Amino acid sequence: MQFEFSDEQAQFRDVVQRFCRDKSPAQTVRRIMETESGFDRDLWRALCGQLGVAGLHVAESSGGAGFGAVELGIVMEEFGRSLMPAPYLASVLATSALAELGESDARDALMADIAAADTIATLALDPQHGDPICRSVSADGGRLNGSVSAVLDARHADVVLIITADDARPTLHAANAGSDGLTSRPLRTMDRTRRLAELRFDGVVADRLGSLTNRQLKHVYDTALVALANESAGAAQALFDSTVEYVGMRVQFGRKIGSFQAIKHRLADLLVDVELARVAAYQAAAALAADEAVSATASLAKFTTSDACMNAAREAIQLRGGIGFTWENDTHLWYRRAKSSEVFLGTPAFHRERMIQEMTA
Amino acid sequence: MSDATRDSLAASAAEVRDWLAANWDPELSLVEWRDRLADSGWGQPTWPAAFYGRGLGAREAAVVEQEFARIGAVGAATAGPRGLAAATLLEHGSDAQKKRYLRGILTGRDAWCQLFSEPGSGSDLAGATTRADRVQSQGEGQAGRAASQRWIVNGQKVWNTSAHHADYGILVARTDWEVPKHQGLSYFLIKMDQPGVEVRQLKQMNGHASFNEVFFTDAVVDHDDLVGELGQGWQIALTTLSYERSGFNRIRGGDRFEGRHGRVYREYERELEIANEPYTWYPQRAGRIDLLLERAAESGAIRDPAVRQDIATAIALQRCANWFSARGLARGPAGSIGKLAASRVARAGNQAHTVISGIEAMFEGDDSPLDGIVGEVLLSTPATSIAGGTDEIQKNIIAERILELPKEPRFDGGPFKDVPRN
Repeated sequence: MQFEFSDEQAQFRDVVQRFCRDKSPAQTVRRIMETESGFDRDLWRALCGQLGVAGLHVAESSGGAGFGAVELGIVMEEFGRSLMPAPYLASVLATSALAELGESDARDALMADIAAADTIATLALDPQHGDPICRSVSADGGRLNGSVSAVLDARHADVVLIITADDARPTLHAANAGSDGLTSRPLRTMDRTRRLAELRFDGVVADRLGSLTNRQLKHVYDTALVALANESAGAAQALFDSTVEYVGMRVQFGRKIGSFQAIKHRLADLLVDVELARVAAYQAAAALAADEAVSATASLAKFTTSDACMNAAREAIQLRGGIGFTWENDTHLWYRRAKSSEVFLGTPAFHRERMIQEMTA
Repeated sequence: MSDATRDSLAASAAEVRDWLAANWDPELSLVEWRDRLADSGWGQPTWPAAFYGRGLGAREAAVVEQEFARIGAVGAATAGPRGLAAATLLEHGSDAQKKRYLRGILTGRDAWCQLFSEPGSGSDLAGATTRADRVQSQGEGQAGRAASQRWIVNGQKVWNTSAHHADYGILVARTDWEVPKHQGLSYFLIKMDQPGVEVRQLKQMNGHASFNEVFFTDAVVDHDDLVGELGQGWQIALTTLSYERSGFNRIRGGDRFEGRHGRVYREYERELEIANEPYTWYPQRAGRIDLLLERAAESGAIRDPAVRQDIATAIALQRCANWFSARGLARGPAGSIGKLAASRVARAGNQAHTVISGIEAMFEGDDSPLDGIVGEVLLSTPATSIAGGTDEIQKNIIAERILELPKEPRFDGGPFKDVPRN
């Protein structure tokens, strides 16, 4: 299958890119990451108000903006490029899960609040591979008990969504952040623009929103993978571009270091990584948008992009020499993101395995 | 697609359908049929109307191809290096050269080979030392008339696919030793069947002999067969190489005529067989990713998680490489990205086939799995990152032409006669 971005999609990318350039330059990323919460509610309101990112990819019939996975990919790619410090991926997880449910007042109200930026929501995932079912939390008589680690943006979420497995079918619950018995412990994250927390549920009263089939759970997971893959493609591109710029300026031994074959060849190899990762991310988004069987491609995109991004981060530091290893140089911000994305939602090895299982199933 | 485009495509389809209905006959000889293609322009619809084509765009041409496929009509000859010669002539040839050669290329009457690489200039193609010297023909014409001039060629070329049955070659030779190396080359069309041209087969590490060495000893080229201007050889060679990189000389046709009968098909099969003979190992050279899952299931290696990792790596690389080229991204200098990707695919395929086969990776020929296919993969993939320009050259192209990084200092800028060489 082959696809091209439509003119509308290209224009949308321009708008997102301009927003990121204006609102999320590296100094803003640094300012926000130094704060305790790592989060700026005004920036998030602007993102939702001006770009309409929350619920962007969710069908209108499910309370979303009615765009698709391709637009989701565009936003994620540009956010990866600029390291946009906003709880967007958490919002993608939450709205993707809500979108799988049938219409209900509770779901529709929550979706509307999320889209309006009045509510920030996240979805707790099993920490190991990001499985949407949290087996360490159980629902008993309408109360949640247990704990789950590494919940994305849980500290600034107003609502935590969680899928438990103990009913006949996996069930999606919504717990308000302030609920009795719900405590959170912030975790120190390597990527300080991607905050995680451990959540404890001690008899938390939650809304039981509905149950999900395995196919629906898979769709939520694949959507998350496609989103993260596109983000990594953007981050890899940013690392690559800044490194090409650097070696084209830096002079040693009387020549720009970019004139040495030792440097050129590494960058040429890296360009292959970055380009192949990008087509994988686009292809996965297009397949998801077209409602094709996407799991193998989503896993492929996840490991291809995270490997490329990690490689770009290593090369970006290496080719800068000493300065690349300093705090003041911005490269480590993307390195941290690359490392974080390498393992979030499952390691590259996990997704290679998943791809083969999907292909041979 | 706009309505107007759709209408014009439908019109092309209707026109070619009518023409095929009136002209296609599987009992014609291949030459008779292809003569009709050349006369009508339907064999190479994107070529100009003045030269055996119809001047159509790629979309219309695809429609024409569909119509041919629909009734099982054989198309123009495309296999082997002839496509490179045609593409280059269309861009740089004189009208007289196009008239003289394109018809024979299209009909398949003439086979072509490419005479660029030399033992002393592989990656550094512009360092060619095969020489062409201008002489006045004896006893004919008047002094100073171009038509009376000839070129005498001496030297050696190598890696010449299909040279052993080629009628003509596209040749790059040095015509001026006093100028810098890129400026002293000229591009010629040379007749292979002459006393001064000797072709020897060259055996590769995988046992096939797909290439040749070609030796020139006072071989003769008419001045009319100089392409473009004297000294333009390098620029014109770049055109040829860009088509080569974009896979212009790939094998086409073959299986879509299965179950069809008639003289034209028999002759076409024979033509394909000869033309494709040097390429039978090319799929193996690319890594045979298509066989991995099946082979792993059959050998039981699929149960090994480490093997599954290697298979996944290879499959993912190949899919990405295919998507990359399918999106039309691999044109121009970006073709080098596609070529590097192909090298990675081939290496990953080799690795995965090795771990799938285990001890059987020690075997070759009939004892190797899949009637020797696996052994051939293992012995053929190293060629992928060399043939058609090494990975290192592709990386230079990417760095200098895509990333616009500064060039390396060079030591071959002066008159070519003073440049150190092998």
